[in-house]
Amino acid sequence: MSNPQQLRYTKEHEWLSTAEDGVATVGITEFAANALGDVVYAQLPAVGDTVTAGETCGELESTKSVSDLYSPVTGEVVGANQDVVDDPSLVNSAPFEGGWLFKVRVAGEPEELLSADEYTAFSAG
Amino acid sequence: MSTAPRLTALDALHRSLGATMTDFAGWDMPLRYASERDEHVAVRTKAGLFDLSHMGEITVTGPQAVDLLDFALVGNISTVGNGRARYTMICQEDGGILDDLIVYRLGETEYMVVANASNAQIVLDALVARAGGFDAEVRDDRDAYALIAVQGPESPGILKSITDADLDGLKYYAGLPGTVAGVPALIARTGYTGEDGFELFLKPEHAEGVWKALTEAGEGVGLIPCGLSCRDTLRLEAGMPLYGHELTTALTPFDAGLGRVVKFEKPGDFVGRKALEAAAERAETAPPRKLVGLIAEGRRVPRAGFSVVKDGVVIGEVTSGAPSPTLGKPIAIAYVDAAHAAPGTEGVGVDIRGTHEPYEVVALPFYKRQK
Repeated sequence: MSNPQQLRYTKEHEWLSTAEDGVATVGITEFAANALGDVVYAQLPAVGDTVTAGETCGELESTKSVSDLYSPVTGEVVGANQDVVDDPSLVNSAPFEGGWLFKVRVAGEPEELLSADEYTAFSAG
Repeated sequence: MSTAPRLTALDALHRSLGATMTDFAGWDMPLRYASERDEHVAVRTKAGLFDLSHMGEITVTGPQAVDLLDFALVGNISTVGNGRARYTMICQEDGGILDDLIVYRLGETEYMVVANASNAQIVLDALVARAGGFDAEVRDDRDAYALIAVQGPESPGILKSITDADLDGLKYYAGLPGTVAGVPALIARTGYTGEDGFELFLKPEHAEGVWKALTEAGEGVGLIPCGLSCRDTLRLEAGMPLYGHELTTALTPFDAGLGRVVKFEKPGDFVGRKALEAAAERAETAPPRKLVGLIAEGRRVPRAGFSVVKDGVVIGEVTSGAPSPTLGKPIAIAYVDAAHAAPGTEGVGVDIRGTHEPYEVVALPFYKRQK
């Protein structure tokens, strides 16, 4: 599996896109999706919610377990992926594309976000 | 004691297939190969191939083998015909369930007891301890067998193409020795999926060849390798109990709604008889909790240990829960106070991390195959 170079990553296995007009997209990595197995339910933050970097903001449920979803950045949620809510398997089939989870107007981001190469090394661990 | 996981004879093959492995009762077992939902659906509609070599085989032989089993287990093993199998349990003196088992009668005085991997040593120890005074031998055959299951509606056709055994004459819960892909195997029509299917007990050195032959034979009809994850959702839909979840030493078979496996009418004493007679009476007059099915109205999944609630009061506990691929909704098996256990009971929910999600109470099983 390959982690797109243009994204940055957290040790909780979320990815974050480069902000455009201050808005960045968040998802979970292919590594995380594979580890979860088939995702059957996604509880995403709602538009208008404030999320805080490193804190839980939702959950992803798979056949065998439930995992907290952490926000990689602080800011206001301006979009949640209804396609994933309707069909959570998108998280497995296209974790970096159609399986994105939510969009944030970034107010602050932590310094310890990983590059693609750093995350690849981390997740190979 | 070594903590290194035990590997089945098919370990290298699983890895070459890209399986996600998991520790299960000290064994490194395939959890899934790709999508566990696809694997589940394959077993329901086509066929799936499982490595179940972690199961614990114990052979009991000798002139009094059957007397030992009638004494040690709760079932009436003397009524099991040659070549047939029986689902049964082994209990403690106090009636608590040590394990649920399948006993295969392999010959006039030869039986194979198949225990859950997590309990195999406990069952072996109990059988050895209970064998005193019987002219019978209890043999640990865990390393003598690999176990491959082929399950699903296409499984008879697949197996038929690589065996000389008379599968049409092989009934559900029967087993016969035969040849599969050129090697000897005990072919049993048993499983844990709610579908028609077969379990093949064979020598570990033959496992890889048989697995490959089945894979090839099933290629055109949709057979895929399946892991333990879908085995769990398949048995859950079929309402089959899993030791450590629905069955524990704290429960008798009557508490688990499986009192029918206890055969008081058999001659002679058996371990737990007295306590089980009392448990049967209790279950009749004042049942404490009943095992029920729960179907979610929403999409959050109940897990083992979650509380079942009604009007803010805890009325039971979930023992197994998962998203059901067949129903398209989360389902659970739960022990619920008898007063609230009737199908259709209003206002029942499951406490899922603090939120009371509505659930419908139903009778088990969730799924029954059309015969």
